[in-house]
Amino acid sequence: MKDFIEGSDAVARAVALCRPGVISAYPITPQTHIVEFLASMVADGKLKSQFINVESEHSAASLVLGASAAGERVFSASSSQGLILMSEVLFNIAGMRMPVVLACVNRALSAPINIWNDQQDSMAVRDSGWIQLYAETGQECGDLIFQAYRLAESPEVRVPVMVCLDGYLLSHGLEVVDVPEAAEVDKFLPPYRPAEKLDPAAPMTFGPLAGPDYYLEIRHDLHAAMRGALKLIPSIAADFSRQFGRNSGGLIEGYRLEDAELAIVAAGSVCGTIKEAIDALRQEGVKAGLLRLITYRPFPEEAVSAALAGVGRVAVLDKAISLGATGPIYADLATALVHGKNQARVNGYIAGLGGRDITIETIREIFTRLSGEEVSAGFVGLKG
Amino acid sequence: MSININSRPGSARNNRTGSWRVDRRPKFLRQNCIACRLCLLICPEGIITGKAKNSFETDYVYCKGCGLCAAVCPKKDIEMIPEDTETEG
Repeated sequence: MKDFIEGSDAVARAVALCRPGVISAYPITPQTHIVEFLASMVADGKLKSQFINVESEHSAASLVLGASAAGERVFSASSSQGLILMSEVLFNIAGMRMPVVLACVNRALSAPINIWNDQQDSMAVRDSGWIQLYAETGQECGDLIFQAYRLAESPEVRVPVMVCLDGYLLSHGLEVVDVPEAAEVDKFLPPYRPAEKLDPAAPMTFGPLAGPDYYLEIRHDLHAAMRGALKLIPSIAADFSRQFGRNSGGLIEGYRLEDAELAIVAAGSVCGTIKEAIDALRQEGVKAGLLRLITYRPFPEEAVSAALAGVGRVAVLDKAISLGATGPIYADLATALVHGKNQARVNGYIAGLGGRDITIETIREIFTRLSGEEVSAGFVGLKG
Repeated sequence: MSININSRPGSARNNRTGSWRVDRRPKFLRQNCIACRLCLLICPEGIITGKAKNSFETDYVYCKGCGLCAAVCPKKDIEMIPEDTETEG
């Protein structure tokens, strides 16, 4: 059924259709709407889940970790300071291979305190062992939730998934979203049946110590599971497309890349603006294209390198920065192109931090600068 | 390799920590014991058993030879003896 709703509502309705047994989160702007919608559904008796209130994000993450270990499908959501308060537990969730799904509504990190959008929060936990998917539209916010549970709970993966959506731009932006029927979702997403769970009747120890003799192997197992997810993500996206009749998710999306000489690489809602800019530039005879990263962790090196094979100059637009180095996507992309033996020249640009608007003009400026100075972390729109 | 990161309860019993002993083990003399149970309570391995006077013993499969039982005994009825003297028991 099509409805005119916020991205937050699209996430909440998708989560409800996946029927998690336990939901826990702590309110933080701009994530709050998602859990408010879910709390309403539970309170109104429309969703049979336990919605458990907690005193912090650290507790919310710990609670869903425990509930997941007890065999329940679980959901949490956070933003910014809340996400980094969770970070200790995020590493545990991944290390214990719990298929938790969490929505990160992307927001800048303090200080200075700033509640607006960039992607520094999810980028700060990119090494936690979570799969990270970035949505472009309100529709994709919901669609990625279904795919996230399928992926996380696949026996060969068993890795938590973070669905990232840009704060306000997606979370509070209203769009027409096609919300599927429960029967359709049930066909796509089977019930969660873990091979092992915490049960007083059959005691198990989850998360025991691993010393120098096995820690390395256990970390390798997690890495290998994430690399394996690179194969599964496109096949789940293809299944989704067959079931629901629209394309959502996958590793990457190429937009007018086939004959592109210049390309931008980016993730999230900014890709909508970039597509508009590319359409305008194409009319002026500039062969511009976009490579949209949907999956950022695991990083799809081979797909990225193949998609950019014929492109001469690549600009990476990061809405986050590893301070003192480069944008995180820039670093991964440059590495991928070296290994892929691509000849492209790659520049890195930092834009939109703390909610600074990225307009079609900003994108035009990046394409213009791409023909000039070589930079690895060039700030765009910096006031002199 | 794929390692099962979850484990069954009681698996620590598989670590036969008696092999950690370096050169001494406790010997329960069973002469002046008053059954105060301090040795049983202080043992970090929880392997000292016994109820009546002069009935206490340890499990050498797990005893690490830390010597706390001998140190805490108010009657000096537990002695740390070299590993290469006498048989265990």
